[in-house]
Amino acid sequence: MYWTLFLTFFKIGAFTIGGGYAMLPLIQREVVGHGWMDEKEFIDLFAVAQSLPGAFAINISIFIGYRLRKIPGAIVSMFGSVLPSFVIILSIALFFTQFTENSWVEKAFKALRPATVALIAVPCLVTAMKLKLKGAVFLIPLISAVLIWLFGVSPVYVILAAALGGILYDLRMNRRLK
Amino acid sequence: MIYWQLFFVYFKIGLFGFGGGYAMLSLIQREAVDNYHWVTSQEFTDIVAVSQMTPGPIAINSATYVGFTAVQNAGYSHTMGIWGSVIATVAVCLPSLFLVLLISVSYAKFRSNRYVAAAFLGLRPATVGLIAAAALMLMNSENFIDYKSILIFIAAFMATWKFKVHPILTILIASLVGLIIY
Repeated sequence: MYWTLFLTFFKIGAFTIGGGYAMLPLIQREVVGHGWMDEKEFIDLFAVAQSLPGAFAINISIFIGYRLRKIPGAIVSMFGSVLPSFVIILSIALFFTQFTENSWVEKAFKALRPATVALIAVPCLVTAMKLKLKGAVFLIPLISAVLIWLFGVSPVYVILAAALGGILYDLRMNRRLK
Repeated sequence: MIYWQLFFVYFKIGLFGFGGGYAMLSLIQREAVDNYHWVTSQEFTDIVAVSQMTPGPIAINSATYVGFTAVQNAGYSHTMGIWGSVIATVAVCLPSLFLVLLISVSYAKFRSNRYVAAAFLGLRPATVGLIAAAALMLMNSENFIDYKSILIFIAAFMATWKFKVHPILTILIASLVGLIIY
């Protein structure tokens, strides 16, 4: 069983490029296919894994591992999903210094860097549009970005303030309703 | 010393990395590039680019890469660099492990918890700001070296946003363009 867990998450870790939500359909197919849990249970787990900090794919693998075989299962699943990217990135890190001295690679990266920044800007815009930020709520991402970018505030404080702000807002709205 | 710093920083990244990979970038960048100078802004962008093409979450990829590079740049051997890699990667996963174990005990309660839901009223819009900050922090002279960089940025942005070109394809095309124009 541990071996199956390890192999399953190793496979998921190795074949999902781009990380995070790209892994979701494969995880779902494997987990539901193995009969480890039904569709509804999986969607519940997904919702919780999403609201936790850290890499989403890791969270969900730990959740599923724990569900099936408690703490050892959680640890085995975690290692299974981490190992492929660990091995790949470590090999790249080991040889990257030699790579960057290669003028071809450097040429490619010169163009890749601004393109990568664009690949970060797009999900920012997509998420903003999906949330339909209106009025005062629009100020939250604006102020967060300016604080981090221009004033050097740690994202940790921004995250804590945003969470606290959400709780205070909820408490106030509830008091009003009463 | 450097091992302890790596562990501490990546544990923190794992603990406060809300909102998915892109939202975590500003946090990773602030720590690994600005505060500890483990990698340059350029190297960091390269890690993000490589992460788009390789399997696995960006948080794990950056931990593995930075863990190795930080130890190596501090003047230690390859083997010690590999240990740095292991330590940072384990550290970034540990908060997830603790939290999942904690929540699994009563996870129905966690799901319906009013404060958790309320916190996300603020966290969700802030995520957009976190991603924006990551992009803005990378818009520097190390990554944008000339007017061609700006053109590539605009082209890549339009391709992925308007024409829904897959990020991997965007990256492949950008690399080819780089080989031709530079």
